[in-house]
Amino acid sequence: MDRFTRLTAIAAPLNIANVDTDKIIPARFLKTIKRTGLGKSLFADMRYAADGSEKVDFVLNQPRYRHAEILVAGENFGCGSSREHAPWALLDFGIRCVIASSFADIFFNNCFKNGILPIMLPEAVVGALMEDASLGTNARLTVDLARQVVVRPNGEEIGFEVDPFRKECLLGGLDDIGLTEQKTAAIDAYEARIPAWQPRLHAGAKQ
Amino acid sequence: MPRTLFDKIWDAHVVERLGDGTCVLYIDRHLVHEVTSPQAFEGLRLAGRKVRRVENTIAVVDHNIPTDADRLNGINEPESKLQIETLEANVAAFGVPYFPISDARQGIVHVIGPEQGISLPGMTIVCGDSHTSTHGAMGALAFGIGTSEVEHVLATQTLLQKPAKNMLVQVDGVLPAGCTGKDIVLAVIGAIGTAGGNGHVIEFAGEAIRALDMAGRLSVCNMSIEAGARAGLIAPDETTFAYIKGRPYAPHGADFEAAVAYWKTLPSDAGAQYDKVVVLDAAGIAPQVTWGTNPEAVIPVTGIVPDPANEPDEGKRAQMQRMLDYMALTPGQKIAGTPVDVVFIGSCTNSRIEDLRAAAAVAQGRHVAPGVRALVVPGSGLVKRQAEDEGVAQVLIDAGFEWREAGCSMCLGMNPDKLTPGQRCASTSNRNFEGRQGPGGRTHLVSPAMAAAAAVTGVLTDVRELV
Repeated sequence: MDRFTRLTAIAAPLNIANVDTDKIIPARFLKTIKRTGLGKSLFADMRYAADGSEKVDFVLNQPRYRHAEILVAGENFGCGSSREHAPWALLDFGIRCVIASSFADIFFNNCFKNGILPIMLPEAVVGALMEDASLGTNARLTVDLARQVVVRPNGEEIGFEVDPFRKECLLGGLDDIGLTEQKTAAIDAYEARIPAWQPRLHAGAKQ
Repeated sequence: MPRTLFDKIWDAHVVERLGDGTCVLYIDRHLVHEVTSPQAFEGLRLAGRKVRRVENTIAVVDHNIPTDADRLNGINEPESKLQIETLEANVAAFGVPYFPISDARQGIVHVIGPEQGISLPGMTIVCGDSHTSTHGAMGALAFGIGTSEVEHVLATQTLLQKPAKNMLVQVDGVLPAGCTGKDIVLAVIGAIGTAGGNGHVIEFAGEAIRALDMAGRLSVCNMSIEAGARAGLIAPDETTFAYIKGRPYAPHGADFEAAVAYWKTLPSDAGAQYDKVVVLDAAGIAPQVTWGTNPEAVIPVTGIVPDPANEPDEGKRAQMQRMLDYMALTPGQKIAGTPVDVVFIGSCTNSRIEDLRAAAAVAQGRHVAPGVRALVVPGSGLVKRQAEDEGVAQVLIDAGFEWREAGCSMCLGMNPDKLTPGQRCASTSNRNFEGRQGPGGRTHLVSPAMAAAAAVTGVLTDVRELV
């Protein structure tokens, strides 16, 4: 995955609470066997009319937000399913950072696996950033992961929390699996302790 | 120190604790389906990795398969066909046990796990699907993961995770007649909200939970994700053990006895501490119906659609108005009596034999109302067979319900079973999000008995008036 270090970009405001994963990417677009190409289906039902034309009032259809790389969103963003297609669609559109007052757990976790930084900030602070974002191309936010700050257009710096392990993985673009494989001896030892009564799965158990 | 059920399962699966509290957590059961696995297997292939432990892994197709009887002759929709073929190629190449649609054991992944005895108490169970929380009813720590984590589990049989917080939802008292596990969990979500469980594992306890059969418990844990919880859990007891005994992949004989001895050590210790506690009285629960587009927008069937004007918070008021507009409902109207176009009985929440029996009990001697399409989709091929053997299927067929093959069906609009724009559906599934059952579709979440009542009357109806 791509590293995330420092990002200065246009932020799009999406001031809706409980944006669920069916809104981010409806189920009919999950039939792909690839991770890429989902950007055009991001927020499909909010973004396109039934005839496929763009809804002009949707934020990402407005010319000033077409190149947004940061999304400032309402509370409980990403609730619903575990589909990683949600962060894949955001990433494919170009979004590298989502800021909200709260996130659903699975979505939050999935973001880190794909080089997207989800930032949780108090509601009032998100409200201020939402106002900054509403200025469109006239205002850019900077997100500095190493220093753990969001820099507003007026220069004010807002600190944020991030899990140290996840921060390290994002900064280095590190592959989790490679890290865990270093623990193979411990996993082998664990498996040797699994009780004998625990059944093993196979295709042909009697019905 | 006294520990909770969650603490005990967690501690028993820690392979190694890393410096910052992140744990390498061992995974006992990994359930794989066609939608969230192709990119994971592709990742393994690109890195030259194998599936570490195929004997902990099982695959099935459920999400995008059609549910008509013709499906054995081939899948028409090219993208679905490719996804299914990709899964079949992957399980063959990596040696993963698999139930194809030609196998009677095929079904919704969260139905077949408990049904086959694959999901057992004390285990860690994951799947690339948020409703993996269902298996928590077995007394297992079960949660949904994304595709990157699916790949991680396939490669290492572990996950890197930090422990969740503990939350106790205690449902005391006796559940009134006409109410089910589905009504309990909808009432809980209504009380704590869609984010009420964020960061927590919810343990459901209390007299009303203990009194539920396994089907009811599975419905409760299934929807714990709709309260934002990482997982739901119910302590294993005699009801659990009796359910498991004799199932194909469960331990047998002396192994079963050894297993039960261990499972009996799992329930939370007296004095165990929870970060959050919610207490509900089951006696106050009536059959539930959702009115909005998230599961916390729920009211008793005797209730009225709420008025945004009474909501002081501006953001919430706007959200309520948006939900009412989408659902085409008016504040103050009685929810009962709202006409429906479609009734869907199925999904990982409510497609077990007990659910179908409950629907048939209401449908017996009645007929689906004119103009209503009513679908019954059993959770597995074995549920379907049992319902046919018991006569449950015939009751439903005689009443005018469509009797279909096992799959996720109309729970999510990614197979041919979909709502068309504007259609209103009484559904036993778990999500009423905008477009969830098809673009523009309007979903009211209810129990199987309530769904059957809506089917035979053509309107949302208090099932207690029919029994």
